[in-house]
Amino acid sequence: MKLSFNARNVVVVLVIAGLLLLPVYSALSGKVFVLTLFTRIIIFALAAASLNLIMGYGGMMSFGHAAYLGIGGYAVGILAHEGIGSGFIQWPVALITSALFALVIGSLSLRTRGVYFIMITLAFAQMAYYVASGLSRYGGDDGLTIYKRSDFGGLINLSDRVQFYYVCLACLLGGVYLIWRIVNSRFGMVVQGVRSNEQRMQAIGFPAYRYRLVCFVISGTICGLAGALLANNTDFVSPAVMYWTRSGDLMVMVIFGGMGSLFGPVIGAIAFLLLEEFLSQFTEYWALIMGPLLLLIVLFARGGIMGILGRFSRG
Amino acid sequence: MAEPLMRVQNLVRRFGGILATDNLSLDVIPGELHAIIGPNGAGKTTLISQLTGQLTPNSGTIHFAGMDVTRLPAYRRSRLGLARSFQITSLLPNFTAIDNVALAAQAHDGHSFRFWGDARKEQHLREAALSALRRVGLEKRANVVVSELSHGEQRELELAVALATKPQLLLLDEPMAGLGVTESARMVGLLKELRKEVTIVLVEHDMEAVFALADRITVLVYGRVIASGGPDEIRNNEEVKRAYLGDQHAVTRRG
Repeated sequence: MKLSFNARNVVVVLVIAGLLLLPVYSALSGKVFVLTLFTRIIIFALAAASLNLIMGYGGMMSFGHAAYLGIGGYAVGILAHEGIGSGFIQWPVALITSALFALVIGSLSLRTRGVYFIMITLAFAQMAYYVASGLSRYGGDDGLTIYKRSDFGGLINLSDRVQFYYVCLACLLGGVYLIWRIVNSRFGMVVQGVRSNEQRMQAIGFPAYRYRLVCFVISGTICGLAGALLANNTDFVSPAVMYWTRSGDLMVMVIFGGMGSLFGPVIGAIAFLLLEEFLSQFTEYWALIMGPLLLLIVLFARGGIMGILGRFSRG
Repeated sequence: MAEPLMRVQNLVRRFGGILATDNLSLDVIPGELHAIIGPNGAGKTTLISQLTGQLTPNSGTIHFAGMDVTRLPAYRRSRLGLARSFQITSLLPNFTAIDNVALAAQAHDGHSFRFWGDARKEQHLREAALSALRRVGLEKRANVVVSELSHGEQRELELAVALATKPQLLLLDEPMAGLGVTESARMVGLLKELRKEVTIVLVEHDMEAVFALADRITVLVYGRVIASGGPDEIRNNEEVKRAYLGDQHAVTRRG
């Protein structure tokens, strides 16, 4: 990758450096909550990055992406509840279940377009929400407490805050790198081409549906990983993680940071969750401030924060 | 007469109560440039869309290279060597010219479920794309984003994209639409070169271009073929003159 020296790249490098050094700051200052907060931010950044793959690059406005957070989370929670504590089983199950769910949702919803697609993905996610609420054996509405985090033998100890933080960060950076490779690959070119002009892509010989579907599944799988991390982070999983407002939050993070920019969703997740954290200290009506902010971004900065930085570096 | 490359038999397509294609039959012979003309609303684009698979006919059959392709989706027909250009320029606006063409080459170079390697670094795709761009005289504009190309350049790029799929049959839907005089002349020159290598079906309003280029002309009115034959035959056909009453001078100007 050619790294040109512009505002966008400088910000990305600074953010990565900051995230890498954050545990040091937390240890030196004794502010444990910073580490906890940023662990959460990083997990949501991974989920937002996965949504960006289909929304930003693939033009698929999925309004049900939080479903995978829940599926990944319940895979960990249910297995833990049934006495299977090994992460080597829990995490692959979380990924595979998410992939299968995405395959089913995708194969049906990708036959539709526009508002219908948004509504169908939303409907499926709400279905998952109600199914989880009905799982009385696993806590139903109240959710399921996870008494022991995923066990990776002597390899890593997820109960250690710093180790868990770095595991999450590695997942995020790995996920973003994977998405970067995919976006520039043959496959990624096709998916972006289909977003831009599906009829044209069919005419030059691409079965557009298949490529969109595979992209949808990859995205869901990555989000499933975020779900597994989230369950470990909160030691708890409940239907609430799948509620449609969660899906909305993820979309807002992507739009905030910049749809279709590789690192945008990470910046978006940081901005969104920090704002939420600090605004909610002053008022419980923090959404009243967040809403207009989002409006401003949508109206005046289509490319989100990354777009603003891009414009800045061109000037 | 040689075995036709494309044979259309009794094609019918309705939109509600309107017969857009009315029991239409048509042969395209290998090597020819076959023009399809007709007044506005004659069903020319509807016909092209059925030939390429964007639209499915209500009845009738389409054979291409000896195969029944009537129910085949567009992408499969493209793989068989059927390419089209669009009447309304239909490129990928936020891709560069060369990316547009390279994608077309990629579509005909195995499957694209490759997730890791950088597609823009695949030399043979880049070279295939560049050579198609060279054919239409756009090689110097390879790295320009499509939305910044002029309308004329976009029309030429449409052609380069179609060429990059290595077609046996090129269906061109009004390649001259919206072009100025010089640009039109360039396009005619380009088509004169291309027709030496590939069979072409040309839908066009520019009568001068059609009569200069075509080996055979088929005239459509209200979705029906009213005449088909060589340029001279068509020029002197009474029914064609009548159908074109308003534009009669356009048909007869060169006659």
